[in-house]
Amino acid sequence: MTDKTEFLNGNTACAEGAIAAGCRFFAGYPITPSTEVAERMAARLPKVGGTFIQMEDELASMAAIIGGAWAGARTMTATSGPGFSLMMENIGYAAMTETPCVVVNVQRGGPSTGQPTMAAQGDMIQARFGSHGDYSIIALAPSSVQEMFDLTVKAFDLADRFRTPVFLMADETIGHMREKVILRGDVEIIPRRELGSDELPCKPDANGVPGFGTFGNGHGVHITGLTHDERGYPATDSAALHENLVRRQVGKIENFRNEIADVDIVNPDAEVIFISYGAPTRAVQQLLADYPGVYGHFNLRIVWPFPDAKLAEFRAAKAFVVPEMNLGQIAREVRMHTNVPVVTAPKLGGALHSVDELKHAADVAATATGTFTEVLL
Amino acid sequence: MTLEDWYRQDRLPHIYCAGCGNGTILNCTLRAVNELGLVQDRTTFVSGIGCSSRAAGYTSSDSLHTTHGRALPFATGVKLVKPENDVIVFTGDGDLSAIGGNHFIHACRRNIDLTVICMNNNIYGMTGGQGSPCTPYGAITTTTPYGMHEMPFDLCAVAEAAGANYVARWTSFHVKELTEAIRTGIETPGLSFIEVMAQCPTSFGSKNKMKQVSQMIDMFRTNAVLKGKAERDRAAGIPLAPGKFIVGELVRRSNPVLGGRP
Amino acid sequence: MRQEIRFSGLGGQGIITAAVILGRAAALYGGKHVVQTQSYGPEARGGASASAVIISDEPIHYPKVTEPHIYAIMSEEAYKKYGANASADAVMLVDPGYVTSRPDCTCYEVAATAEAKARLGKPVFANVIMLGGLLEATGIISYEALEHAVLDSVPKGTEENNKKALAIGMELVREQRP
Repeated sequence: MTDKTEFLNGNTACAEGAIAAGCRFFAGYPITPSTEVAERMAARLPKVGGTFIQMEDELASMAAIIGGAWAGARTMTATSGPGFSLMMENIGYAAMTETPCVVVNVQRGGPSTGQPTMAAQGDMIQARFGSHGDYSIIALAPSSVQEMFDLTVKAFDLADRFRTPVFLMADETIGHMREKVILRGDVEIIPRRELGSDELPCKPDANGVPGFGTFGNGHGVHITGLTHDERGYPATDSAALHENLVRRQVGKIENFRNEIADVDIVNPDAEVIFISYGAPTRAVQQLLADYPGVYGHFNLRIVWPFPDAKLAEFRAAKAFVVPEMNLGQIAREVRMHTNVPVVTAPKLGGALHSVDELKHAADVAATATGTFTEVLL
Repeated sequence: MTLEDWYRQDRLPHIYCAGCGNGTILNCTLRAVNELGLVQDRTTFVSGIGCSSRAAGYTSSDSLHTTHGRALPFATGVKLVKPENDVIVFTGDGDLSAIGGNHFIHACRRNIDLTVICMNNNIYGMTGGQGSPCTPYGAITTTTPYGMHEMPFDLCAVAEAAGANYVARWTSFHVKELTEAIRTGIETPGLSFIEVMAQCPTSFGSKNKMKQVSQMIDMFRTNAVLKGKAERDRAAGIPLAPGKFIVGELVRRSNPVLGGRP
Repeated sequence: MRQEIRFSGLGGQGIITAAVILGRAAALYGGKHVVQTQSYGPEARGGASASAVIISDEPIHYPKVTEPHIYAIMSEEAYKKYGANASADAVMLVDPGYVTSRPDCTCYEVAATAEAKARLGKPVFANVIMLGGLLEATGIISYEALEHAVLDSVPKGTEENNKKALAIGMELVREQRP
């Protein structure tokens, strides 16, 4: 397969990335501003031997992609905030059963029905902590149409490697804008590690990840959302077993947070450093182009797990400025990992931060002394 | 394969109370599966949450014990990725018709090629006997201490109206007929819905003047009206008496199917 | 050089399609960096429709239009919302069948809807006529690139009429050249 250059919107590029990554089952429910992902998958999957189904709601969509994953497919759904909330129940099930799958969230303004057609990044904390209980996940944030393709491919690889749900936390800006995109034809698919015949289905390997007992491959596995032993059998009354299971499932991702980090570190010797992901990254890149050499930039393509050790690479940092289309969700995380003053630069309503607003935030940050300051834009 | 081979031996004995109907239904299911000669590695059991849903874990083939009410959409994902598999769903009246009611309607509408066995014990048994959408009018449960004052679902009528290709109702007393119905259900392309009235002496019987298992079984025997008799009565203008229910094969048709064998 | 183009008008006039065609032409056949965006939601239904294209020789960081240099406007309401504040050095194309106001900047009247009906039999070609006019007025990309993108985007069997539409738009602007 050769590369193809197209002029597509981000949502369509995401669907193409999924197809290129070998996704062959998509279950979803239409919701603005993610619907183009489902529409493209509906058109494309039957042509590559895959299956598309429109479910009755997002609870069902999430359930179906987990079922499809156990039947052996790479599976995906796509949604936005209200649907993401409904998926939380079965996202927890996927975490507990260590089911690889990809969930695309093209974020819009919330809470509730909010602003269906406007961009936001208000679901970042929900992505990490939205389901009940302790668990970890991986969340990626694209800031271009090309990254909608590339990071969707990457999401499937990470899902399989770590046996976890992986979220593509896009936003309306990136989902709906059109740019030139190279649809890579040479995408290498790294298959999930199949359970060995002498392995227990929930016994981890050295990296904390068990082999995957695909249905129909002779394993006769029992998969349950209950706390379970290494055979996969319910074992709900042992405190030690439960703690070991939960800590192992969290650790298999968190222990690799700096190894799998996907970041840009620009001007590490600058004093005022912008930390961004998704659409605001584009505004920060413009600021750096307009004021060359003045500011540093820590751009995150993987937001969760947060690559905390990378912050130290900004040796001269006097302030971290975090522009987000929410009220400082990732700024709080940054604060947890540094003693450098953190300036949160929130923007709600759907408009992207302007370069002037970022410049203003940088000016405030240059004299910031408090550990956590909000700049009003 | 023998019947025993279909049981996950190292998970037995099961958690069901003495006198519970669920074990009988599981046994009828595995008997039907064994008689049909299904291939173990091409058979998947899926279940939701509740006493009924523990059944999946006692089978030796691949099984998915999922979240409350969601067994059908999980099973839909399994079946659409592996249409060559026989996918059998264990569910209960609360799981299927309360929290999972919408999934039930849509699975029937799609007529997806699943066999759905609903163990209807009229109550939430696992959590100690709360009222469900199938609790009979007037029955006592922990959440209807003055008697259920809502009308119950007729699950088979829902399945028929929503589009299932095969619908049958039996009780845990009708072992032979139930096994035959499950066989037919598995063999019928499309959604096969088999409702099984199951006794819960622990949580339902004890509160409704049927402390003994035999009293509940007697109630099933007395109240179950064969479909043929019910039709003759109806033709003669005799309505179904209160508390009675129709058993038998209620629907068999061949509407278009989703996820049928390739 | 970064150039920002704003298309606006009414729903159903092909405003967004025009922007996508221009973006496609510049991105795939013009060797440019391009970002195309559009307004969604209630404001894009029935009433106003707006879309923007940014074209640049350099990678485009900021993806939203800040101050468009080029406008193609097909309704009076859209003129009031987007066109009225155009800077003095902007270039504007208006469909005089819909837009009665005129700006202080360079302005070409492209009677796209009337010409589409009169010369091509259907108003659906109006947006491609506007594109032809925009090309003639700005030279923002090559004719070949634009024609290629138009032919990619239009239904089979309409290719000749769309090429004529491009020519009509170009001719309408050429006639108004000072």
